[in-house]
Amino acid sequence: MDIVINFSSGLCLFIGSFLCVSGGIGILRFPDFYTRMHAVGVTGTLGAAMILIGLMLHSTDLLVFAKLVMILLLTLLLSPTTSHVLAKAALHNGLMPKLSQNTLEQSSLDLKSKETASSKF
Amino acid sequence: MKRHTISLFLTLAAFWLLNSGHYSTLMLLLGAASITLVLIISHQMDVVDQESQPLYLTPNILAYYLWLVKEIIKANITVVKHIWLGNESISPTLKTIKISQKTDMGKVIYANSISLTPGTVTIDLVDDEIIVHALLYKDIESLTAGEMDRRVSVLER
Repeated sequence: MDIVINFSSGLCLFIGSFLCVSGGIGILRFPDFYTRMHAVGVTGTLGAAMILIGLMLHSTDLLVFAKLVMILLLTLLLSPTTSHVLAKAALHNGLMPKLSQNTLEQSSLDLKSKETASSKF
Repeated sequence: MKRHTISLFLTLAAFWLLNSGHYSTLMLLLGAASITLVLIISHQMDVVDQESQPLYLTPNILAYYLWLVKEIIKANITVVKHIWLGNESISPTLKTIKISQKTDMGKVIYANSISLTPGTVTIDLVDDEIIVHALLYKDIESLTAGEMDRRVSVLER
């Protein structure tokens, strides 16, 4: 039983670390602000969750387990909020995302409709 | 109102018990006193209602969470794959999408679910339209197909 827990916990920690490293590499590799934010999303959701689950498997105390669950829930609440706030602030201050060629026309149409929508305020 | 107060009391009590780990009489009394104080203050502020304690979501939310976890894992694998494949493989897209939710709660759940899934971020929410930035054009297509929209709308009722 001990070896099963150790093995699965180690596996979870390994996957979590791999996802976090991948997220970091994504931040360095991707071309602009918005795409980099998607790379951070990997670290914030499954990367953190896997590491916390790996630690949960090791915890023998209910209190430690409960605290890890609370940290996980808090991370899952914070991650979308912060990325939304960052993206909204960037777009409202006029930072245009780099878009791929085949979707560019469609998106510029959308942006025009967005400007008319936000001018209501 | 009464149901919401009981729900808030139970949440606070569980939070206190799991965080403290001290079960002597004095500590439990102090905990009960602080919970009562928080309940009184939140009643004075008039925030104990449908919005802060969304009890009507409870029956359906578990199935939605399970489905959302599955989607998050799938999206994570896709994004990590494209991180390692490099810049040529991604097709960043910005698009306005219509949403069908009526209540504020439903809209916020939908927008948050989109942001929580790696590869898509909700940038703005105006009336019944959201602006979404996606790493791949494929992600936008699956959002406009409306699977997530339909599941959130089921939650609202």
